[in-house]
Amino acid sequence: MTSQTLTAAPPVRAPSVQSSLQRSRQRMAWLLVAPALLVLLAIAGWPLLRTIWFSLTDAQLGDLTQMQFVGLDNYIGENGVLRDAEWWSAVANTLQFSVISVTLETVLGLSVALLLNTPSRARTLLRAAVLVPWAIPTIVSAKMWSWMLNDQYGVINVMLQGLGLIDTPLAFIADPDLSFFTIILVDVWKTTPFMALLMLAALQMVPTDCYEAARVDGVPRWRVFTHITLPLILPAVLVAMVFRALDALRVFDLIYVMTSNSRLTKSMSVYVREQLVDFQQVGFGSASATVLFLIIVLFTVAYMAFTRRRMQGV
Amino acid sequence: MKKHPVETLLYYLAVALVMVISLFPFFYTISSSLKRGSELFSTSLWPEHPSFSNYAKLFQDQPFGDYLLNSVLVSGGAVLLSLGVAVLAAYALGRVSFRGRGVLMMTILGVSMFPQVAILSGLFELVRGLGLYDHLGALVLTDLIFTLPFTIWVLVTFMRELPKELEEAALMDGAGVFTLIFRIFMPLLLPALAATSLLAFIGAWNEFLFALTFTISPEQRTVPIAISMISGGSSFELPWGTIMAASVIVTVPLILLVLLCQRQIVSGLTAGAVKG
Repeated sequence: MTSQTLTAAPPVRAPSVQSSLQRSRQRMAWLLVAPALLVLLAIAGWPLLRTIWFSLTDAQLGDLTQMQFVGLDNYIGENGVLRDAEWWSAVANTLQFSVISVTLETVLGLSVALLLNTPSRARTLLRAAVLVPWAIPTIVSAKMWSWMLNDQYGVINVMLQGLGLIDTPLAFIADPDLSFFTIILVDVWKTTPFMALLMLAALQMVPTDCYEAARVDGVPRWRVFTHITLPLILPAVLVAMVFRALDALRVFDLIYVMTSNSRLTKSMSVYVREQLVDFQQVGFGSASATVLFLIIVLFTVAYMAFTRRRMQGV
Repeated sequence: MKKHPVETLLYYLAVALVMVISLFPFFYTISSSLKRGSELFSTSLWPEHPSFSNYAKLFQDQPFGDYLLNSVLVSGGAVLLSLGVAVLAAYALGRVSFRGRGVLMMTILGVSMFPQVAILSGLFELVRGLGLYDHLGALVLTDLIFTLPFTIWVLVTFMRELPKELEEAALMDGAGVFTLIFRIFMPLLLPALAATSLLAFIGAWNEFLFALTFTISPEQRTVPIAISMISGGSSFELPWGTIMAASVIVTVPLILLVLLCQRQIVSGLTAGAVKG
């Protein structure tokens, strides 16, 4: 983040007047930020604290006024979340989903961004086409793909059979070996455009004289990419990856709609909501919610520490 | 640099491939929604006799118009509230330097990135305490969790780009801060505000988790929930034609708006992420 100051203090003034002016400007700034802060405290900060508190009780959804303090029972007790194999399978699913989908989206996103960054007549058309999957609601894309991948009437099965790639139709969603990859496929289809646009913005910020100098020196295209382009856009690519990863770690609707409560694809968010709402176990559900929150905080802190070290290293 | 013809050919092949992959699924959804009866199961790319029977059935079987209205009310409400609060905050965060500004910005970004499901039980208590359970108001309130931080973050980047001289001149003329924000900056920020609102609107329009958790009666249903709940006699005979028709209806307006404001959207999206 830039730390440049943008105070619009008049150029020539006595120092004392200026500083009092600046003080009143700063007071005003806090007043202007206050409504936003209050709203966020009320709808995010307070519920977070309450969730952590609930995780230490045996609260039930039916009546949130009656509950007993149970300490860390919901975490490490006999039936605690940390001893639940199903929770760990949800954690593993979510991590796998995030790593695979973010990797694919980064590679494909960068390729699409490079296509978009090449001057040509098709470029505007391509950008418009790429925006379409991004604009489609997740629920709609889940339903669309469920229909296209249908094992009996799905167009994808017919196409694959027509190309001679498969003999019998595949049950993309019902088959336990395939459903996980189907979900990744749909996610990659929908979110690659977002990655591509972010990387395109980074590519467009690379100064053109870099490329010109390389061209004059006759450096081959591939080496220009690996030695000039890639290092220059790397920070932006990392930021985009972190944004996507944080988004992937909380995946809910896609999995909920496509495979509902199959244990093989259940994500952390699906697990938490199931405990809280379907089983009404607010205490236990809040404990798993808190663990989920901690995992994501850990990930963010690790990332920030990593970038800080890297920045200082430069 | 002169390019080899093979390279140009490869480029256009790649472009064509990306375009087909991006557009085919929605094209097939439109075509399926226009297929009637058993033609739906034929996997032909375009129906022989296109018909709107699926659309008629969609509105007959359920008050889909009401669901659309609910979604518009929730998303519109969340966006308007966010904009009102965010413009003030964005001015302070973007153009005044004060202690704690960096921390505030990081906190706001943090709120927009953290998993909503992690605060679901606390929110449930809040929503019920305010008497908003099973009411659209609950969704307007909870959607602010992601629309507000996003709106602030993007508007801050746009605010920073406005010329300093403009602000100085206005302040010299004795303009108050509200005059400055609403009379001088707002008109300049209109394209940015439009793009930001559209992006926030799409986010609220697609919201699923809160709508699924905080509303239960059909009168308060939004379209994503409605689509996920369209079902037939059994789970093996889903009315795919109706589902595809509903999908087309909720998606076409978004696609048109997005294509219409492409330029602003792309700069809004990237302002939120890259430059931050």
